[in-house]
Amino acid sequence: MSLGADLLAMATGDRQADRVVPPTGFTARLTLFTAAAMAFLAVFALALSLATGRLADRWSDALARTATVRISAPMGQVEAQTQAALRVLETTPGIASARPLGDAEQRALLEPWFGPDLPVDTLPIPQLIEVVETGDGYDAQGLRLRLQAEAPGAVLDDHTRWRAPLVRAAERLRLLGILSMALIAAATGAMITLAANAALNANAQVIRVLRLVGARDVYIARAFVRRFTLRALSGAAAGTVLAMIAIALLPGAETGGGFLTGLGFQGAGWLWPLVIPPLAALTAFWATRTAAFRALRELM
Amino acid sequence: MIEFQDVAYSYGGGELLTGIDLSLPQGSFHFLTGPSGAGKTTFLKLCYGELVPSSGRIELFGRDVRGMSRDDIAWLRRRVGVVHQDCQFLDHLPLEENVALPLTVAGRDAGAEAADLKELLAWVGLSKQRGSLPPELSGGERQRAALARAIIMAPEVIVADEPTGNVDWEMSLRLLQLLVELHRMGKTILIATHDINLIRAAKQQTQARVLRIRNRQVQLAGADL
Repeated sequence: MSLGADLLAMATGDRQADRVVPPTGFTARLTLFTAAAMAFLAVFALALSLATGRLADRWSDALARTATVRISAPMGQVEAQTQAALRVLETTPGIASARPLGDAEQRALLEPWFGPDLPVDTLPIPQLIEVVETGDGYDAQGLRLRLQAEAPGAVLDDHTRWRAPLVRAAERLRLLGILSMALIAAATGAMITLAANAALNANAQVIRVLRLVGARDVYIARAFVRRFTLRALSGAAAGTVLAMIAIALLPGAETGGGFLTGLGFQGAGWLWPLVIPPLAALTAFWATRTAAFRALRELM
Repeated sequence: MIEFQDVAYSYGGGELLTGIDLSLPQGSFHFLTGPSGAGKTTFLKLCYGELVPSSGRIELFGRDVRGMSRDDIAWLRRRVGVVHQDCQFLDHLPLEENVALPLTVAGRDAGAEAADLKELLAWVGLSKQRGSLPPELSGGERQRAALARAIIMAPEVIVADEPTGNVDWEMSLRLLQLLVELHRMGKTILIATHDINLIRAAKQQTQARVLRIRNRQVQLAGADL
């Protein structure tokens, strides 16, 4: 019988066929617990993956096409070098705009480290110029040489030095999240296979009787597959709901804690965890079906 | 119906049965006898496709058993009713569901055939025990239940392996009577037994023939049996 027909028959169910295999309390509880625990972990892995994805996009978008020119010069020369650097920037192809940051903006940048009320004007703090690129970009090496000539205290920071590793780290985290979900699915399949094998071995006598009275392999397998699939579905549903509640109770990203407070779902992202229970059921279906047919070939 | 052509069966490096040439035609009644360990059960298993011969050819209902798939074997089990000495049941199901099990696994609605099931249970004398679980039944009741289960699909052949092995003489005769009635309905019967008295009792009622396993070969026994 085809896999599709098997799935359909499993969904519609057969009350009499369900009765031929005796209830197995231990493997039932084991499968339910495994599915619930794995779904719980899968929801967190999914949340991690989505959050790191958002983070990578944010860093990438926020820092792409921007650069900073830092003017470090004696107090009396800062203004002159700033103006010189701005002139160079304005005449550089590939640069859309350039503007010096005001005291308030510089103070805001330093506030997380030094606290509020920082007297910026009395401290030897470099002047920062925010540079926005055009879509085509600019020649960073050429710009550095020109800045060096016109404003010796100007240093160009095009962010690539630290932006790339951050984005790379975020992308790796996203990959790890996806890998974790794949491992969780594989571990779920393995554990359900073990539980199904235990149930099949415990019911060897039942299988012998069923074969004796003319049951086809697909009939016997279905009795086990349906049971394990439904258990995995209900266990995973419970685990998913619990994990979603736990994530909903996490502090919000806007309360200002950085990356960890952003570990959650946003908008339609809350729909993604709902895919986990059907996936767990499919995994259980495949694992039990494979185990059942192998066991049937070995038993008889 | 069941044809053996130069059949041999080996297990574990030793030959259990060899050179079997025989035919069990439709409507025949055969006993199979021989000492313990001679291969009676093995021969029966060859007859209902549980085992495949090491060499030679067995045709069941015109089909070579060697070419049968697992699904074909399942189909075959619906045409050959089997009664084992240890009559295995599903202990968590009541007797009537156990007897109806061949209908259930064939996808037929046992509920729709409840009248036939009731009649069958009455015929084997188990009407009162229909709701009992198998462990609650006596040896004789289990044997009759196994016979009822074996014939509920109206098979053409009934194979019984020491069906009277665990019951007293009175119950043995009752079981024999049921099998003789089935034979009169046109069923092909093959019974493995070491009970000579049972064979003699059967021969008084039917044209039963006796097969004997001797020197790993299955031969037609003489008139002394």
